[in-house]
Amino acid sequence: MINLAGRDILHGWGKFLFTGIGLGLLIGVTLTMAGVYRGMVDDAEVMIDNAGADLWVVQQDTLGPYAEPSSVRDDVARDLLGQRGIAQAGNVTYLTMQVSQGSKEARVMLVGYEPGKPGEPEYLVAGRPLARAHYEALADIKTGFALGEQVRIRRHDYTVVGLTRRMVSSSGDPMLFIPLKDAQEVQFLKDNDALLNERARTASNPAFNRPNVPGLLEAVQASQAASHFVNAVLLRLQPEADAQAVAGEIRRWQHLQAYTRAQMEDILVARLIATSAKQIFMFLVILAIVSAAIVAFIIYTMTLNKIREIAVLKLIGATNRTISSMILQQALGLGLIGFMVGKLAATFWAPLFPKYVLLLPGDAIKGFALVMLMCALASTFAIRAALRVDPATAIGG
Amino acid sequence: MSTPAIHIENLTKRYGAGDTAVDALKGVDMTIWPGEVVGLVGPSGSGKSTLLKCLGAVIEPTSGRMTLGGQAIFDESWKIDDLRTLRRDRIGFIFQAPYLIPFLDVTDNVALLPMLAGVPDAKSRSRALELLQALDVGHRAKAAVAQLSGGEQQRVSIARALANHPPVILADEPTAPLDSERALNVVRMLNQMAQQYQTAIIVVTHDEKIIPTFKRIYHIRDGRTYEEAGEGRAV
Repeated sequence: MINLAGRDILHGWGKFLFTGIGLGLLIGVTLTMAGVYRGMVDDAEVMIDNAGADLWVVQQDTLGPYAEPSSVRDDVARDLLGQRGIAQAGNVTYLTMQVSQGSKEARVMLVGYEPGKPGEPEYLVAGRPLARAHYEALADIKTGFALGEQVRIRRHDYTVVGLTRRMVSSSGDPMLFIPLKDAQEVQFLKDNDALLNERARTASNPAFNRPNVPGLLEAVQASQAASHFVNAVLLRLQPEADAQAVAGEIRRWQHLQAYTRAQMEDILVARLIATSAKQIFMFLVILAIVSAAIVAFIIYTMTLNKIREIAVLKLIGATNRTISSMILQQALGLGLIGFMVGKLAATFWAPLFPKYVLLLPGDAIKGFALVMLMCALASTFAIRAALRVDPATAIGG
Repeated sequence: MSTPAIHIENLTKRYGAGDTAVDALKGVDMTIWPGEVVGLVGPSGSGKSTLLKCLGAVIEPTSGRMTLGGQAIFDESWKIDDLRTLRRDRIGFIFQAPYLIPFLDVTDNVALLPMLAGVPDAKSRSRALELLQALDVGHRAKAAVAQLSGGEQQRVSIARALANHPPVILADEPTAPLDSERALNVVRMLNQMAQQYQTAIIVVTHDEKIIPTFKRIYHIRDGRTYEEAGEGRAV
């Protein structure tokens, strides 16, 4: 039996192909939106992986350090090391800021860490780890910085000595790693004018500037200029340690909040990017509805253009099944072309997006099934119209 | 005498009901024999198209009796699918315009009918080629419909009507778009095919050029038919 749908497609292949391409671009946008969501989740998971920690210790009653501000004294790490089950502790600071290199500017997440402790990037794609105590940096390649370049962060220039990959914040900003002391200064210390003003204000306060207490003013001013706070302490546990139990001990005895890896994932994926995910989901729903409406309209128009042929086919004895099958196959064919074009387009343009777009094969398979289902449903309008055609219309009068 | 290809008695068709009802057919009688080509002539609104639709099993008459090859149709036992099968296997249609399927080539336009009836593809195509050659369009068998002239398209539509060797062909003004020479050529072919395949052909027309070629003519006026002997002029 002749495949009527295939013959009709071949007869008007140009129109069919261009319609498929148009639909494909729309499907490509839909797949990309799904990829943007997957990318956000993956960024969050990669950030957790790259921290190399089993527990995150943060300020009590906060969701820090990524979702909320958190401030912990840096000597807490030493206390924690004395606790059973903890193998390593590392202080870290996180600060999202704008940095510049010559005329280039980049928005980065500045990470302060202690070399050799949790929080250090696990691998480099070029260069070497930090070797000096100050003014060296490791940059994610998405910052666009190259080895040996000088990056201006606040008052100081940092030399990029190593490059990393896939080290991004949950909002997609690439990470720039510097020594902890430098990061604390960047995050907590004030600029020179502010320090002078602060010193003057303290000196004019009689409570701190007592004539009969020598050294008090200097001590107060010194404490104002130094910072001993970090955003979190990352812990690596001993192999046999139970993360939940250790976290419970920390909460009880240190009066700090400790999150396990699963809890941190929950904070990042279910809470931090939840609103963005809903936003993207809404876009996906709207795009799917628009795609379905377009397919329905195209197939309906194509069917109406063949109404005389359909009447003739019915008159000469073609069954409703033959006619329905022809329209359904065309709708599915359009969906197939659209999906192939969409997948190809999404694959090509995904790397051009500023944020990570992750196109998963599983999503593509689900997308394909959804497109086919959508096309099949959309074809029902055209099938209904075709089946209502009276074969008598082929005969005049 | 053999069984008539078509026999109808006192056929009526009423559209609508109550005050707005219209009687398109008011008691039509007609008998057509196998191998015969008859004309059905009448002015616009006389009921030609309604009669053609009843004969073509497209619409159901209101009352009356109709047999096709001796078998009664439209009685209570008939269903929609039966009528579809009847149209496919036992009635051929030729339209005023050829109405060929534009996305099929010439051979497949003709072969589609036997294929729909379940005849294997190869056999359907060989039957189509045979008919196309008989109608002198065999050389255009692989051509697209759009590449054919009007006359060629009409011959292909005749071949399509004959594809399932139906006992009856209904031709609705098949010569309307053609000039005199081509119109007479079509009539000649219809006569030849009617003889060759013993098919009864009813030609609805008001084409003055071809009316004298029929041996029998049914005039239809106000929903009633009147039989008349035609000139049967040779073409």
